[in-house]
Amino acid sequence: GSSSCSSSPWTSGGPGLRFFAGVLPDGLDRSSEEFARNSQAMDGLLSRLHSSIHQVLAGGGPGAVKRNRSRNKLLPRERIDSLIDPGSSFLELSQLAGHDLYEDPLPSAGIVTGIGPVHGQLCMFMANDPTVKGGTYFPITVKKHLRAQEIAAQCKLPCIYLVDSGGAFLPKQAEVFPDRENFGRIFYNQATMSSEGIPQIALVLGSCTAGGAYIPAMADESVMVKGNGTIFLAGPPLVKAATGEEVSAEDLGGAAVHCKLSGVSDYFAQDELHALALGRNIIKNFHTAGKRTTVSVAREMNAEFKEPLYDISELRSIAPTDLKQSFDIRSVIARIVDGSEFDEFKKLYGTTLVTGFARIFGQPVGILGNNGILFNESALKGAHFIELCSQRNIPLVFLQNITGFMVGSKSEANGIAKSGAKMVMAVSCAKVPKVTIIVGGSFGAGNYAMCGRAYSPNFMFLWPNARISVMGGAQAAGVLTQIEKANKKKQGVEWGKEEEAAFKAKVVEAYEREGNCYYSTARLWDDGIIDPADTRKVIGLCISAARNRPEEACKFGVFRM
Amino acid sequence: GEGPSSSPSLPIVDKVLIANRGEIACRIIRTSRRLGIRSVAVYSDADAASLHVKSADEAVHIGPPPARLSYLDASRIVDAALRTGAQAIHPGYGFLSESADFAKLCEDNGLVFIGPPASAIRDMGDKSASKRIMGAAGVPLVPGYHGEEQDVEFMKLEAEKIGYPVLIKPTHGGGGKGMRIVENANQFVESFLGAQREAAASFGVDKILLEKYITRPRHIEVQIFGDKHGNVLYLYERDCSVQRRHQKIIEEAPAPNISSEFRTLLGMAAVSAAKAVNYHNAGTVEFIVDTTTGNFYFMEMNTRLQVEHPVTEMIIGQDLVEWQFRVANGESLPICQSDVPLLGHAFEARIYAENVVKGFLPATGVLHHYRPVSASSSVRVETGVEQGDSVSMHYDPMIAKLVVWGESRNAALVKLKDSLLKFQVAGLPTNIEFLNKLANHQAFEGGHVETHFIEKFQDDLFVDPNDQALAKRAYDEAKYSAVLVAACICKEEQYARREGSNGLPSIWYSDPPFRVNHCAKRTVELEWDNDLYSGVSKNLTLSVSYLPQGEYLIEIVVDKDSMQQHNNVKVTRFGDHEFRVEIDGVSMPTNLCIYEKESVKHIHMWHGSSHHHFKQKLGVELPDADDIQQKPRLDMSSHQPGVVVAPMAGMVIKVVAEEGARVEEGQPVLVLEAMKMEHVVKAPLAGTVQGLQVVAGQQIQDSSVLFTIKD
Repeated sequence: GSSSCSSSPWTSGGPGLRFFAGVLPDGLDRSSEEFARNSQAMDGLLSRLHSSIHQVLAGGGPGAVKRNRSRNKLLPRERIDSLIDPGSSFLELSQLAGHDLYEDPLPSAGIVTGIGPVHGQLCMFMANDPTVKGGTYFPITVKKHLRAQEIAAQCKLPCIYLVDSGGAFLPKQAEVFPDRENFGRIFYNQATMSSEGIPQIALVLGSCTAGGAYIPAMADESVMVKGNGTIFLAGPPLVKAATGEEVSAEDLGGAAVHCKLSGVSDYFAQDELHALALGRNIIKNFHTAGKRTTVSVAREMNAEFKEPLYDISELRSIAPTDLKQSFDIRSVIARIVDGSEFDEFKKLYGTTLVTGFARIFGQPVGILGNNGILFNESALKGAHFIELCSQRNIPLVFLQNITGFMVGSKSEANGIAKSGAKMVMAVSCAKVPKVTIIVGGSFGAGNYAMCGRAYSPNFMFLWPNARISVMGGAQAAGVLTQIEKANKKKQGVEWGKEEEAAFKAKVVEAYEREGNCYYSTARLWDDGIIDPADTRKVIGLCISAARNRPEEACKFGVFRM
Repeated sequence: GEGPSSSPSLPIVDKVLIANRGEIACRIIRTSRRLGIRSVAVYSDADAASLHVKSADEAVHIGPPPARLSYLDASRIVDAALRTGAQAIHPGYGFLSESADFAKLCEDNGLVFIGPPASAIRDMGDKSASKRIMGAAGVPLVPGYHGEEQDVEFMKLEAEKIGYPVLIKPTHGGGGKGMRIVENANQFVESFLGAQREAAASFGVDKILLEKYITRPRHIEVQIFGDKHGNVLYLYERDCSVQRRHQKIIEEAPAPNISSEFRTLLGMAAVSAAKAVNYHNAGTVEFIVDTTTGNFYFMEMNTRLQVEHPVTEMIIGQDLVEWQFRVANGESLPICQSDVPLLGHAFEARIYAENVVKGFLPATGVLHHYRPVSASSSVRVETGVEQGDSVSMHYDPMIAKLVVWGESRNAALVKLKDSLLKFQVAGLPTNIEFLNKLANHQAFEGGHVETHFIEKFQDDLFVDPNDQALAKRAYDEAKYSAVLVAACICKEEQYARREGSNGLPSIWYSDPPFRVNHCAKRTVELEWDNDLYSGVSKNLTLSVSYLPQGEYLIEIVVDKDSMQQHNNVKVTRFGDHEFRVEIDGVSMPTNLCIYEKESVKHIHMWHGSSHHHFKQKLGVELPDADDIQQKPRLDMSSHQPGVVVAPMAGMVIKVVAEEGARVEEGQPVLVLEAMKMEHVVKAPLAGTVQGLQVVAGQQIQDSSVLFTIKD
């Protein structure tokens, strides 16, 4: 055993508990006032989160849900539950997308997406919610659908489309239809993923009109439900208007038509449960095992693992309400990694960035966590560590709590921009699975260097206390006030103290609103808000999903920075 | 020369061939093994992997499944004994056990037949002859006709002389096969001819006797044992009154509610009967006791070891199979009459594959789950099957005999009830629950047994479908069981998945399954198979929420607007389908059996005193709409009126009405036979017979469509 911790200021894990090299100490003082304050604040944030989730789980409201049931249709999450292996986990994405985004509520953006196993094969699910605006595509619906496809393409996850949608939401067609990242991109993605050998499966459980018709039509295999499933480019009313032909929806584009005559669909299902069972069977028959190269590696990693030594739910008591207060990111790592074992890399250098190796559910990871402002040394250390993990194909986990890079003349003269760029370069080019969790603030270029959204982490989740903006509200207000003051002065206008305060308050209020995690998650700047106590599980699931793809070659050597 | 002399020419038996199958073969092998006698089993194609084959030291294949080509083929069996060097043949019961010819054949081939002398078998095998001998020996007889004249009109006159009700009975065979009770002169001819036909089919002899039918009889039989030195003991009596279809289902020893004087009288009469035919080895003298007068009459003597011999063994503390070997080897009986102990009380319950609500018709199928109660010094399970075995249509559908012993009748009865509750069989219908009802009936508890017990108390023993209170209670119990089933299924799945996770990290199959910011929830749909009301089943919808600590919150839909909720249902899994479930603060062991049959998932659950059967549809195998029309449906209740399906698997032995024939309601159309029992298939309504394609000799499956009656 090592005695390196004997003089540590950290609280010990209790009498008799010996720390071996790499085992992190507890790091929490449960009797402190701070601990109680943080817990209480997090409880408040979590109860707000849970009530928001409760609302979106109810879909489009009791009336719509009842109508849906009367047609013998399940809700999208129930459909997914019957497709994934019974009793298995499901990593749902962006539950609160669309939150407070439009005049009317759009629960979960009208589409449920996420990853779950079917016969041991991880799949990406995209399920329209017909109880939400008839399952039509709002701009955010398209964005959420495309994000799920993006993850599927990155992680090589088979895509299962549970189609029940009226197509584009026509009043917002300008934001839905024409652009590159709009509706048409869905089919483009289907085509390109299919060409890469990523299976594309559509289960037509409801209507599938106009553009939506291309989802099953573009799929590798598709199933249709008798009575409920319809596929047509134009529905009966439009057909009548266009050609005068009078025809029922079932005769125009029902399961019998498409399974027996047109060949648009491949499997005829008697009812929804039958369709879901057929779906499971299709996935069982993928036989992708022969293609996969990671299976044996996964097996090897699937060996026994230890749970963290400390109570995971205490992650709810770590993040301070006041972002100016710092906390040791090791107390978070200690509750995330197997056996709380963390082998620190360059422990004594650039100490505001903590880097090191650990395992999560048996899967090796390299972790980067912020313990303060990024200095020159910390940025260089980060770049070095990322390169190292890239070389060894070790997935990266970023724990963001960052106010930014150090500013000031000394820093600039030391070339902080250059050091920061190195880290950004390393983050951008690393081909290993990357998962980002924002556990506190995420400001400025710190967001970039720590693998923010623009750096395409495979997954990115926020804690409910997370804040994202280019800088803090107070700093922004300070900067903007100075500029405004200068402008006013040029125009010769006198600015009263009260006016100045009001101006500042407005800026702070806007930053407060836009930096909030709900503002972020509603716009799909992330993949969802999670309970801190679920962090270990979520990272474990994300890494596992991201490892579904074969290893990519690393294109640079390890530079010592 | 069949005198009571030891034959020095016969060798001491150290290797025996057992000319039987099932539990009795296993039973004999067990004693052989204890005595160091090597055993040779014989088997038909249907029994190649049976328990009796695996248990024996050697096994010889003797032919195809039908018994007459294998277990009844005397020459093949003798040949098997000679080939393997066995010096003796133990016939068990049934098959060749009461064939004098077979006993003679053994003797002729220098093999010891472990049983009585051939002459005694012959004398007692012919019921008319046996009554004559018994009458001469002073054993009381039931009034009746036992003569040679068999003309139907003559017999009818004899019946009138005796006075109705009259019992028609084949002179050969036993086990109630071919027996008919005739209430009045009008029924006589049809019954008589049917009995003749059945007797001919079963025993090859169609001779019939007539007897006074005693309306409140008890069936009491005395176990006797004789050696080759002229000693005969009686080992007390067994009461075998509780019968269905004239076959015993619960036996006990000693008989309840009789005096020791009466016991002695019976015993002495039995010994006289045995001595009258120079009997040796194990035998049973059956008496009918008229409960109204207290008279007893000789019925017949079974010249073999009987199915129910273990109850006698339990109260005298002896192994009768061992005695059989010793007597066959020429030894004297080990004890004398005054030394025969009478210890406590014993019951035997026969567990059959049968359909109680369909009139105890024999059933066939696979024992998907078979877990008998564990054996102890006071609980014996005599069985010849294992989990996964089939009960075929070729042989007797008995699955096991449950034998319990207690210091007193009450103590034994408590043990019987407990053991029946713990006896788990799934995959085919059994009479276990019916036996349990019998054992719990007040009259049975009081020992007020009689041959018509089941008919007399049928209102208590069979559920009245109109009893709403009972139906509600049964439904409530089923709902409670459904909650347990849902919890156990969820727990079991978690384990099953973790095993075969295809290399995925186990976190994808964590307990509870992970959901982002909410609890995983699932719906379990179960169809309760209500065995009490044949054909009536109810759909139950349960919603299971996975709580954080691995517990479940289970809600069950009671009616349209209300749910019943069980919080914190806790399941601990011990092994494959073995659980302990805590629900509403009470925890109990729970066992599950799950198997798939004909696109349906069957789930059986045992919990405390309840056993429930649920079904789940499997989504995958649904046929196309077009196919449904053509496929004969299996569920009887779903057939159109007029469609007649086979009530059991079996063979068509006679087609009475032709295709297109006009029939009245209740008129026989064809006759089926299974397990040597005849079953007349009648027209359910008046009309013409259509779609009748079966012919005599054809083997048919359970529930297959036989014909339709159309107006």
